[in-house]
Amino acid sequence: MSPKKNDQHFSRRDFMKATSLAGGGLLIGFTLFESCKPGAEPAIDLASLNYNDFNAFIKIADNGAVTIFSPNPEIGQGVKTSMPMIIAEELDVNWEDVFVVQAPLDAKNYDRQVAGGSQSIRHGWEPLRKTGATARQMLVNAAAAQWGVDPSECTSSRGVITNSKGETLTYGDVVNQAAGMEIPEDVKLKSVRDFHIIGQEIPNVDIDEIITGKPLFGLDYKKEGMFYACVARPPAFGQTLDAVDDSEARAISGVQDVVRFGDKVAVIATDTWTAMKGKKALKLSWKSDAALESTEDHHKILTGLLDGKSFETLRKDGNVKKAFSSADFVLERTYESPFLPHNCMEPMNFYADVTSEKIHLVGPIQTPKGTAERVAQVLEREVGDIHLEMTRQGGGFGRRLYGDFVLEAAEISNLSGKPVQVVFSREDDMADGIYRPAIKYRIAASVKDGEVTGYHLKEAAINSNMYGLIPNFFPAGALENYQVDVAKFDSKITTGAWRAPYTNFLAFAEQSFFDELAEMMETDRIQLRLDLLDKVKGTTDDRIQYSPERMQKVIRTAVDKSGWGKAPDGVYQGFSAYYCHNSHVAEVADVVIEDGAPVVKRVVCVVDCGIVVNPLGARNQVEGGVIDGIGHAMYGDFAFSNGAPQSLNFDGYRMIRIKDVPKVETHFIKNTESPTGLGEPTLPPAGAALANAIKAATGKRLYNQPFITELKDLRIPEKEIIG
Amino acid sequence: MPNYTIKVNGNSHSVDVSADTPLLWVLRDHLDLVGTKYGCGIALCGTCTVHVNGNPVRSCVMSVGQVKDSEITTIEGLSEDGSHPVQKAWKTVDVPQCGYCQSGQIMSAVALLEKNPNPSEAEIREAMNGNICRCASYQRIHEAVTLAARETQS
Ligand code: FES
Ligand code: FES
Repeated sequence: MSPKKNDQHFSRRDFMKATSLAGGGLLIGFTLFESCKPGAEPAIDLASLNYNDFNAFIKIADNGAVTIFSPNPEIGQGVKTSMPMIIAEELDVNWEDVFVVQAPLDAKNYDRQVAGGSQSIRHGWEPLRKTGATARQMLVNAAAAQWGVDPSECTSSRGVITNSKGETLTYGDVVNQAAGMEIPEDVKLKSVRDFHIIGQEIPNVDIDEIITGKPLFGLDYKKEGMFYACVARPPAFGQTLDAVDDSEARAISGVQDVVRFGDKVAVIATDTWTAMKGKKALKLSWKSDAALESTEDHHKILTGLLDGKSFETLRKDGNVKKAFSSADFVLERTYESPFLPHNCMEPMNFYADVTSEKIHLVGPIQTPKGTAERVAQVLEREVGDIHLEMTRQGGGFGRRLYGDFVLEAAEISNLSGKPVQVVFSREDDMADGIYRPAIKYRIAASVKDGEVTGYHLKEAAINSNMYGLIPNFFPAGALENYQVDVAKFDSKITTGAWRAPYTNFLAFAEQSFFDELAEMMETDRIQLRLDLLDKVKGTTDDRIQYSPERMQKVIRTAVDKSGWGKAPDGVYQGFSAYYCHNSHVAEVADVVIEDGAPVVKRVVCVVDCGIVVNPLGARNQVEGGVIDGIGHAMYGDFAFSNGAPQSLNFDGYRMIRIKDVPKVETHFIKNTESPTGLGEPTLPPAGAALANAIKAATGKRLYNQPFITELKDLRIPEKEIIG
Repeated sequence: MPNYTIKVNGNSHSVDVSADTPLLWVLRDHLDLVGTKYGCGIALCGTCTVHVNGNPVRSCVMSVGQVKDSEITTIEGLSEDGSHPVQKAWKTVDVPQCGYCQSGQIMSAVALLEKNPNPSEAEIREAMNGNICRCASYQRIHEAVTLAARETQS
């Protein structure tokens, strides 16, 4: 996956199809993400190109204007801008001539159409480049044919093709000829140093629509004759619906119908407000067969798991027990975090129109394919009956990976025979979440003769444990004796992915632990990390995917850019470094004491995410991730009592606001590595950088999130600040 | 259903809705002005901010019955083409991430600058604190308000 090998050749014929457009111009369809699968069959009869048979398109008009139909849903990470930038770069056109449109999608034919895990750019990088390069080559070939010269004698630049005699043709001049030509088998990718779009500051392609309030989001979708539905769901996890009295709801003018499905009741009305009122007027009784869970129960259960013996071991090197028994000392600490709701600014919603002929679904969803399949299954229909359109999404953070609200819309439309948009109120959105699970970590490390000799990480979580390569993150590979054990408790509370799953809290635990360990060892906290990273160099363990060299570089750069160790009087710094989602990040937080309480003023964030496709969008992601990390570590709290969430709106659930926000200074490491994602990796280290700075400022070490609870009774008289 | 006539962005509109219907839902569901967003319904997030006689108001807690002959301005009424100085600043700074909160942010910022064309940092934070941005684009919001103030001054 290295762009340095730019002489690689690619076979594209099976995955692209060009056709001429009736009004003049060229349409190139391609199947993104499926294109690199070896031996994949083209999903269509190539002789008759059908718009829905591909998932992404480039249209080149005979005036040279380029339209790119972007296939990935936009949730706020900027892929709707950055992915077309990559195509346009290799196509070699001016960005000013490019228009970007969200591709409507056909559930049958697309594969990786998921905006999750910061992976869109990482997976798209090579296929997008190849696609743009293939299209460029087709145009060059068409021009060469027109001149009767060999394509190798022609060059292209910014939409203009030039031959050896200096004659020129624009892309627009040759689109019609290009449509009839073969898809070139072998194309050459640009050299990184020739990039003229990648690396430029390109504003969000939807900026004009956003600032003028145009319909873009799921909730903005309108269709003649549609209705709105609000759904009553069990108020506590573990409850089921017993009896329904909907007479008052039905009496409200504007309420059209009330339908019961499973343990839910939907009120369908002519507008959203009436549907909300109708839902409130329902008289429902609920029952529960088993005990309902509360946060105190979870505390006891998770602590019991950490104290117990029923772990699954995810990685084991050497013998930590032995290392611990022969150590000079062992440091052991436990860290805990609550459940967290996603609180996307746009509450969950979806439109469904289910008829005997077709199923039309419109709204914000990150997993259209899987969701369409589930809808088909539940309604006992063919996936081919489904046409799913994705809108811009008012935030994702993991919540829109789950299609529960799409299924609801489909079921309600099916039962009522009406086109409906299901709308979650904020209260529904918080109460019917798929939460970040509550987790406890216990970390122990042994030290002998001034060296760390063993490291043992235990995780106790609700419903599910860390997965994939996380057990192989730092300090795996640096220590002979290393072990990761996990245990879980099956809860009725629904949990799932939340921006940077697991690492969003694990990074806090681990990087707080190293800070404290360095203090115990009376060693420099930065040097301790650098020394451990030295030991990972040259590893042959392919489970270790973080690069010690890249990690050291972000650490050293953060030290330099933040003025680490040289902070003015009254400014206290905290350090943190973390690798996840294939990016390496180091952060330094500056904290001061104001009115006796610690306040974060600045965070310096150094990121190595390979080539930065769009620095303007990338910095926005970095800033958002850091502030989100600080906001949730500081304030995010979500408790349950008898199965019911204890906060349902922003009165009971504190979100970070502009007054609480530090200045974020972003620095990218310049290199030519393939780009990695940015939606997530800057969030995990933020909590520890802040906690370590708070420790420096106040002497108080934080082990639990949210910090605000732990800091409640802390008042630092200005003069007695501990250095 | 009672009938109400309200003035939005300089035009009169007549709607048949129950008296308790919040202005927010009249704008969105009945007048198709969907730039004004729903985020919480209890005046705590600011996504539904509109101007009522020039003052920023959370339209989710103002019922249509309370509007009477007030002049309502929504994001759609700021300018046809995004040429209001605050919209321009939002574009220059490239503020949005998901974008959902941004019309409310812009309406709060416009109201601030109309009353106080040269706000201090603290005044900006104060005026914008009622608007949540889940994507945390706060740094750019601050920058854009500062830029809009500077551009309007010169
Ligand atoms: S929707 Fe009105 S303030 Fe949140
Ligand atoms: S940009 Fe997403 S909520 Fe503000």
